[in-house]
Amino acid sequence: MPLSTQSQADDELYVFVATLDNARNLSNILRAIAFKDHAIFSATPNGLKVTVEDSKCMQANAFIQAEIFQEFTIREDLVGFQVNLTVLLDCLNIFGGTTVTGVSTTLRMCYRGYGYPLTLFLEEGGVVTVCKINTQEPEEPIDFEFCSSNVTNKVILQSESLKEAFSELDMTSEVLQITMSPSQPYFRLSTFGNSGNAHYDYPKDSDMMELFQCTKTQTNRYKMSLLKPSTKALALSCKVSVRTDIRGFLSLQYLVRNDDGQICFVEYYCCPDEEVEEE
Amino acid sequence: MKFRGKIIDIACLNHFTRVITTISKLTKTCVLRLTPDHLYFVLSGKVANGGVSMWCELSQVNFFDEYQMEGVSSEDNEICLEVTPENLSRALKTVQNAKAVKVKLTKKHCPCLTVAAELPTLSSVSRVVTHDVPVDVIPRRLWNEFKEPDMPDFDVSIYLPPLKTMKNVVDRMKNLSNFLVMEANLSGEMNLKIDTDLVSVTTHFRDLGNPPWGEDSSQDGGPSQSRDPEAMAEARVDIRKLQQFLMGQQVNPSKAMCNIVHHGVVHLILLHEDVSLQYFIPAVA
Repeated sequence: MPLSTQSQADDELYVFVATLDNARNLSNILRAIAFKDHAIFSATPNGLKVTVEDSKCMQANAFIQAEIFQEFTIREDLVGFQVNLTVLLDCLNIFGGTTVTGVSTTLRMCYRGYGYPLTLFLEEGGVVTVCKINTQEPEEPIDFEFCSSNVTNKVILQSESLKEAFSELDMTSEVLQITMSPSQPYFRLSTFGNSGNAHYDYPKDSDMMELFQCTKTQTNRYKMSLLKPSTKALALSCKVSVRTDIRGFLSLQYLVRNDDGQICFVEYYCCPDEEVEEE
Repeated sequence: MKFRGKIIDIACLNHFTRVITTISKLTKTCVLRLTPDHLYFVLSGKVANGGVSMWCELSQVNFFDEYQMEGVSSEDNEICLEVTPENLSRALKTVQNAKAVKVKLTKKHCPCLTVAAELPTLSSVSRVVTHDVPVDVIPRRLWNEFKEPDMPDFDVSIYLPPLKTMKNVVDRMKNLSNFLVMEANLSGEMNLKIDTDLVSVTTHFRDLGNPPWGEDSSQDGGPSQSRDPEAMAEARVDIRKLQQFLMGQQVNPSKAMCNIVHHGVVHLILLHEDVSLQYFIPAVA
């Protein structure tokens, strides 16, 4: 049944309905955090937040504000559920997901509440696909207790500059070391792999550096396996902010523009690798 | 037994190569039947290939400029060979810009289909390329396994949606399930469905149209009971078999249709100008 003739009566059954003229505006950003099978969906009147966690030390969140959607209706303050993200992405891309100009897949996402599946209506070229994805009770996302008042160091860079470094990262290094300092080397990424040590330096007066606020010298190491997935978000983004707090926790925030030029955010939180002492 | 054919038209050569490449994507080995008027690529449904069977018919006159064959005997004027289509496809691909390509049955260390061509080079001397593609001769006593399949007593016949759209959807569904249900009715509606513990997905195709013979096919000529046009005939098939069929299609056919025997078989028919391809996928429980 075409999306447009969805009966009004059905709408009253759903606690959450969101529609998009271009399903890629959701699938692209979700792909940036799809490194695990399961994702926690939290919908509020402000929009949709999708969370993926790894080993209780890393968390990725994608934020898609209500304004991005053509329709966003929610009947409760918070609607939460957990779904298999891999399955969801296969469904969102059911018509192939190739970018052909002028052709897009429309999406209507509906949820009736606890115990019900997440229902997707996708339409492209007159063909309609209906997906019902089973949901689970959402786990409580970890609160990393990362707040601005505890931030010691912050930089905002144009993603272009980091993309090259991240794509070349020595994967034989178990950790990615991030040094941030008000003095040399300012902002440095380091790896320690089989072929030796590698450093990527970003001086504070570089063209790529949009903001530089470092108050004290900090060096922290993070498990490479936890941070490597963030490369996908980096690839989609135009700007990235890197912040560390007094505990050495890392926050990466990516500004992503979708197909229509609208802004969404992806953020990654990561705990420092405890085995290594900070310098 | 003798066979020699020559293709000189470059479009015919391209088309012939594409047909063989399509066949090679559908099956690793198959039978090639050569008759005075036709070439048939045949796969008979055996447990080993999941019960899938295929019948591809080419009119020799649409491809070959010269075509001579002498079958096993004058009553059985045909040649039956077991071939690996990929080997033939590979050989043909290397001679795409030849002025003329000859294909003949030869005996080297074993029976072969030899593809021979003169290829132009930068100098005045041409380069001769010969490929010997080994084949097995199939003895006459086994020929009845490779007959043209009967049109099944189908419940619904319907035109297929654009193959590319079907392929995109089936490719994604394969990530989610091993089996897919194909259902269609006489109102031009077809659904592809999967249903697992994690997810159920249904793709609805509308306004596909039904071929004119699409009524209840009473082959005995008796009165056909009119079938409820909305009633769906369905068959549950191994998704990989359907995906394999869709992957192989390189050229848009002029007609593409599907006959469904309820809980029995999915019979896919593709008609091009000079080639017809039938593919049978058995239903599973």
